[in-house]
Amino acid sequence: MVKEKAVLTGMHFMSGDIACAEGAIAAGCRFFAGYPITPATEIAEHIASRMPKIGGVYIQMEDEIASIAAVIGASYAGLKAMTATSGPGFSLMQENIGLAAMTEAPCVIVDVMRGGPSTGQPTLPGQQDVMQAKWGSHGDYEIIALSPCSVQEMFDLTIEAFNLSETYRVPAFVMADEVVAHMWEKLVIPPAEEIKIVNRKRANMPPEKYLPFMPDDDLVPPMACFGEGYRFHATGLTHNEYGYPRTQSSEVQTKLVQRLCEKIRKNADKIVRAEENMLEDAEVVVVAYGIVARAALSAVKKAREKGIKAGLLRPITLWPFPEKTLAKAAENAETIIVPEMNCGQLVREVERITKSSRVFHLAKLGEEPHSPMEIFDFIRRKHK
Amino acid sequence: MQSEEWKFTAKDIAEKPDLFMSGHRACAGCAPATVMRLIMKAIRGPTIVTHATGCMEVVSTIYPYTSWAVPWLHTAFENAAANASGIEAALKIMKKKGKIKHEHVDVIAIAGDGGTYDIGIQALSGAVERGHDFLFVLYDNEAYMNTGIQRSGGTPLGASTTTSPAGTVIPGKLEPKKPIADIMVAHEIPYVATASPYYWRDLITKVRKGLEVEGPAFLHVFAPCPRGWRSDPAKSIELSRLAVETCVFPLWEAVNGEYQLSTPSKVLALAPQKKKPVKEYVAVQGRFRHLLTPKFEKMLEEIQRITDMRWQKLLKKCGIA
Repeated sequence: MVKEKAVLTGMHFMSGDIACAEGAIAAGCRFFAGYPITPATEIAEHIASRMPKIGGVYIQMEDEIASIAAVIGASYAGLKAMTATSGPGFSLMQENIGLAAMTEAPCVIVDVMRGGPSTGQPTLPGQQDVMQAKWGSHGDYEIIALSPCSVQEMFDLTIEAFNLSETYRVPAFVMADEVVAHMWEKLVIPPAEEIKIVNRKRANMPPEKYLPFMPDDDLVPPMACFGEGYRFHATGLTHNEYGYPRTQSSEVQTKLVQRLCEKIRKNADKIVRAEENMLEDAEVVVVAYGIVARAALSAVKKAREKGIKAGLLRPITLWPFPEKTLAKAAENAETIIVPEMNCGQLVREVERITKSSRVFHLAKLGEEPHSPMEIFDFIRRKHK
Repeated sequence: MQSEEWKFTAKDIAEKPDLFMSGHRACAGCAPATVMRLIMKAIRGPTIVTHATGCMEVVSTIYPYTSWAVPWLHTAFENAAANASGIEAALKIMKKKGKIKHEHVDVIAIAGDGGTYDIGIQALSGAVERGHDFLFVLYDNEAYMNTGIQRSGGTPLGASTTTSPAGTVIPGKLEPKKPIADIMVAHEIPYVATASPYYWRDLITKVRKGLEVEGPAFLHVFAPCPRGWRSDPAKSIELSRLAVETCVFPLWEAVNGEYQLSTPSKVLALAPQKKKPVKEYVAVQGRFRHLLTPKFEKMLEEIQRITDMRWQKLLKKCGIA
């Protein structure tokens, strides 16, 4: 059945979408349920051609609601599962993302962001879904969201998303954008044995001792999959450690929902990743992510050339947000600049953390991402 | 309206102004664009069109132009029928209150196969169950062409698409086409029909019937796509004829649930020797190219078997054979 290698070790020239698909396969993903949508379609297309050759499953579902629901089912059946979409599909998935959070089903959702709202700009980049990633489904829960800025990171962070999702039993998002997804760059795929793979913590106690939602000290319950001999009851209703609904109990609701949040919040230091560039003495801190961060890095270098002490903080995990890194960088900063391809989303997080009155947002909508010059000019204007 | 008003002769059609106008950006040989034009030749008065996301939505409304000479609304992918429900219900109450003077304002919802078979079927099923008086037109080019040829519930068995790629492991799509028009007949709505643009008068007549009938109507139109089917752009209309002649896409109407064959298919029912083998239809399309290799010839036989089986079933429903 297996006709091709899963991990295509070597140097490649690839698009971000294809790199993302290869990352998923390298991470051990053997189930993809999806629905075509620009600019994420190539992920599904590539997986559709690869899965039959490596003994995996590609299913094209009837819509995005079905796609994420199938992914949750496959995850519980025991496979690493993923779907990929863009804004309109991401909106449709939100209810089931809540279900995945509530039932603690590990899964990866790739959102290749385009311009919104609604159908918006299917072929142009955006960063307008980053708050939706955090707050999109109703109720309180935490998720993990990563932001790739290159083709290499589309590969690396997709693997990382699987590892984090499996570790914490949460939906993990790869929040890419149209440029990163469609751009072609060099990609190095390491040998399979050098790729760090994390698999979900399995139930290893005798079946009569197993409580499906009894957490360990890290707040994550070990996971038994369907058919492994463990009694299993999972529900989107508020449930106790047995998995049974307790919809009238304040105690059970408080304990469950707080744990869903705290398993991420208390482990945030282990999850959070950020790239720091020239921040040690920075008077101007630029906070940028995704493709915008690459223009921002050029802008910061240019500012340095012109004698402005600028630095770049690039959150790699958008959620949880690298709060401590930012707080430290902001201590001595006079000006904080947040260029985003939206009307001001992650800038709110920056304002909340730094409590600075000198946080400036540079919006860019409806075309190419910010150019280095645009960000540089903005730095010069705002930093006096 | 009296039947003599819609003779739809070539002369009448030529004289009637186009409401789907030229200048759109459809590909060469795009049958769906022809279908849109023919549909709009059939309307009888004030008409509102609501259009799900899809090729025809995109190519007909490229800034700063529109091909639509009627009020036109682009909805999300999944909800053209729900959107039409809202329009129709609002018009109805406004008419009741005397705020609208027109005798009737027609509502047409248009969607491709993705927006009908797959993501759109929930809204469609709900709308016709509630009995809204509107016409739903499915232009079926048998895959998600707008995003680059991914399989849909309307993609036929054995067709190669980017998400059902024929290769070393699979012979193209593994599942047959969903019988969507029969599913709509099962909703017990007053009018369901299939049409194909080669038989243009039949198509226009069916659109008009769908508009005139009280209650929901569903029209399934066959619409070859040379880009997606890997077929000669000059042969799209010919393909729309071949599909009927091979019984891959028979033409019929179900009026209040009573099936009857339309003339082009009836001819084949009466003279079965005229029915062409599916291979003739398959051989001229790149999406089926792999079926002509020895490795996948069984799949071709299976396509013929399913086509014959469905044709026989249809004949029974029509009280023939």
